[in-house]
Amino acid sequence: MLWTTTIVGLVVLAFVVVAILHSRRHAPAATHSTSERSLARSVYAATGVSVLILAVLLIASIRVGGGVEHLEAASALTIKIVGHQWWWEIEYEDAVPNQRVLTANEIHVPVGRPVVVKVTSRDVIHSFWVPNLQGKRDLIPGYTTAIWLQADRPGVFRGQCAEFCGLQHAHMALDVVAEPGQDFDRWLAGMRKPAPSPQTDEERRGHDVFMSRRCAGCHAVNGTEAFGQMGPDLTHIASRSTIGAGALPNTREHMGEWVKNPQVSKPGNQMPPNPLSDEDMRALLVYLELLK
Amino acid sequence: MNAATDVLPGEQDFHRLERTWRDPNSLVGWLSHVDHKSLGRRYLVTAFGFFLLAGVLAALMRLQLSRPDNSFLGPDLYNQIFTTHGTTMMFLFAVPVMQGLGIYFVPLMVGARAIAFPRLVAFSYWMFLFGGIFLYVSFLLNAGPDVGWFSYPPLAETLYSPTKRADVWAQLITFTEVASLAVAVSLITTAFKLRAPGMTLNRVPVFVWAQVVTSFMVLFAMPAVMVASTALILDRLVSTHFFDVEQRGDALLFQHLFWFFGHPEVYIIFIPGAGLVSTLVSTFSRRPVFGYLGVVLSLVATAFMGFGLWVHHMFATGIPQLGRSFFTAASIIIALPTGIQFFCWIATMWSGRVVLKTPMLWILGFFTIFLIGGLTGVILAAVPVNIQVHDTFFVVAHFHYVLIGGAVFPLFAAVYYWFPKITGRLLSERAAQIVFGLMFTGFNVTFFPMHILGLHGMPRRIYTYPAAMGWGSLNLLASAGAVLMTLGVMLFLIDVVRALRSSQEAPDNPWDASTLEWATSSPPPHSNFLRPPTVAGRDPLWENPPDQPVVVGLRTDVRDVLVTHVLDAEPDHRSEFPAPSIWPLITALATTALFIGSIFTPWAVVWGAIPVFIATIGWFWPKRPDEGGTQPWPSRRTLPHPNEAPAAGGTI
Repeated sequence: MLWTTTIVGLVVLAFVVVAILHSRRHAPAATHSTSERSLARSVYAATGVSVLILAVLLIASIRVGGGVEHLEAASALTIKIVGHQWWWEIEYEDAVPNQRVLTANEIHVPVGRPVVVKVTSRDVIHSFWVPNLQGKRDLIPGYTTAIWLQADRPGVFRGQCAEFCGLQHAHMALDVVAEPGQDFDRWLAGMRKPAPSPQTDEERRGHDVFMSRRCAGCHAVNGTEAFGQMGPDLTHIASRSTIGAGALPNTREHMGEWVKNPQVSKPGNQMPPNPLSDEDMRALLVYLELLK
Repeated sequence: MNAATDVLPGEQDFHRLERTWRDPNSLVGWLSHVDHKSLGRRYLVTAFGFFLLAGVLAALMRLQLSRPDNSFLGPDLYNQIFTTHGTTMMFLFAVPVMQGLGIYFVPLMVGARAIAFPRLVAFSYWMFLFGGIFLYVSFLLNAGPDVGWFSYPPLAETLYSPTKRADVWAQLITFTEVASLAVAVSLITTAFKLRAPGMTLNRVPVFVWAQVVTSFMVLFAMPAVMVASTALILDRLVSTHFFDVEQRGDALLFQHLFWFFGHPEVYIIFIPGAGLVSTLVSTFSRRPVFGYLGVVLSLVATAFMGFGLWVHHMFATGIPQLGRSFFTAASIIIALPTGIQFFCWIATMWSGRVVLKTPMLWILGFFTIFLIGGLTGVILAAVPVNIQVHDTFFVVAHFHYVLIGGAVFPLFAAVYYWFPKITGRLLSERAAQIVFGLMFTGFNVTFFPMHILGLHGMPRRIYTYPAAMGWGSLNLLASAGAVLMTLGVMLFLIDVVRALRSSQEAPDNPWDASTLEWATSSPPPHSNFLRPPTVAGRDPLWENPPDQPVVVGLRTDVRDVLVTHVLDAEPDHRSEFPAPSIWPLITALATTALFIGSIFTPWAVVWGAIPVFIATIGWFWPKRPDEGGTQPWPSRRTLPHPNEAPAAGGTI
């Protein structure tokens, strides 16, 4: 397609240049009817060629379109994505309720297995786009639609929201981790486990900070009394590579910055600043690192 | 045509004619102008002012994006800036500037004394101006719209945009749509009913055809966006829930309504540009445009097809494949009429004798840039490509190639072409070549890298991006190109000021062109043509025999205009056109108060309607025949006013 259009473009431009050179070489021709007729023939011919090229492009486009749309397979994995300002809620569906997995901003998929991605939104329109895997699909409140994708090789593929969704549209990324089948199964099994309970004093103190301060009001940690639905599920936050849907890399230092004041690196997001004493903060960060 | 008198008109008659058609120059008089040349100039200058403002906003965006993780602009300001930039360019520059050219040149090109419904055009101008001022005052008050020039709900609904910013966008749409609908009606009527005798439909200049086709598109496209923006403001103001998903409204409905306007809008901007290209290619090839019929029918075909592709802006929403294939086909086929025009332009140059004056340089720039934009458009029509590059910088590059290539470059060509006609002064050829070089290079350096950025996955409308993405160097290159474009525009402005101050006068027809606007002086007299022309061919100044008759028998003491038949332009009757009036301005002010008030309270629509009603009564207040009001035909005023000299009711 690119080559066809490039060639067409160059040919047309060449004709423009040749036409100008041609016209300057000739005397101001009183327009002869014969030359008008041959010109008309050339215009007809060029139009005919254009029709042919466009028809071929159209057929090619529809055929490829059909190809990338249909990937149905009985063994497909179903992932549901719900868009929020400005993060991705991700659910691995399962017929057995306690086998469902809720997570955020990071998707794992098995290599070579088709995946159905069902998308919708809870607030404004977003668009799910992982360029290396598939084209965009808008997440529209009130609509649930599905696209297919399949990773043919292992790797981490970055995705980003592609429909303007407000203040922090720029910081609404996600990672798709494609890994071999067994690795994926192991990961999924790990995700189904509740959060480990705190063991050391510091972990216990961090757990208490999480539950007693505002954290638990918005975030859920499976296996504890934190059921908040406003923000991303944090049951396995320590296993994710970024904080705030790609706003910061997930290190202890950045997590500290983020918890203290998320408005610095992602101004306008829904999470308020959390003034904590240094000890509380350290304990909280230790506890969060436990949530693998 | 019918000589009412055997005596040839003399100097005195011309003086009286000019006095009749001159709009007063006192302050109130200046605010009352109805002369299409004066209104056209105001339209062009105002639209160019908004172009400069939007350009400043573009430069700020390029500055912000020139390096990764930049903190020059925060997301709040950046979102206001890109929304205001897009809104300005679409609604306050591209459409009005083309309509401004139409207001100035359509009456001249068809050989008319005036534009149809001149007071309506004056009203349009004020609405356009007040709408623009409203937008920029809001922007300076930190209330500039920030939800994109498309303003999709639910993001634009009160829940997610609680401030007045989205209302400002919605009412700006109302302002500009009222203005452009009124101008469209005036232009269509002018082109259909006020043509010089002899200018049958198949002799209408291509540029006039382009304006007619565009105006019809405006009539059909603009109501769709008015419905969309009005429903949005109703949602926000009185909770009508048109688009509110929680209350069973539909978020996607807005997109259909918006793009049913939004896609034709692209052609509303491009078709006048194509008309300009046909006009200029013909003039500077020294021959009539090749394939006149094909060129005109291509414009009409583009206009029809332009209404059948809106869904290609929504391929990512999950429209079923059969539906998408239809819109893919339509989007690919629309390349054909434009292709035919390209072939006709090439044939015109091939068989003519091309003179590479400055306006023609811009046309060559158009050929290159628009061709690239058009071809990336064909690429975008394919769903598999589209859903990848949709809403990325590839699309940003594509539509800037289409719109700047298809409209701004022809517009600059038109400015260089018609500047002598409008001002009576010539722009410098040397400076023009440098301006062109800077703009052409700057444009390509700015926008070509964006194709690659888009293919590398950079989405649109992001205020920053992480360094790890590797988009930094191409963005820096794009920002450097913007500097060249800025220099080009500045040099152009300097040259305009220099030319306006110079005393060197432009000849009446400096390019040896063929259409009627060159048959009068530069700048044209108040009455446009002291002797209204008749025509004997498509290119009257090349084809009219030396003894071609002129129109006579029009009165000199009132604004008398010859009205002709639609098809054959045979004289139909004479009509007296309205004198200058302050009422269009007052009506526009009252309407402005209503529109702006309605952002704050629905009662503004109720109480605000009363001043609008009073102002329109003033506007349409009937006049007695001896005050110059509309009179029945053919029994026109015959008795001169007792205090006037008997010769006052003369004709030319």
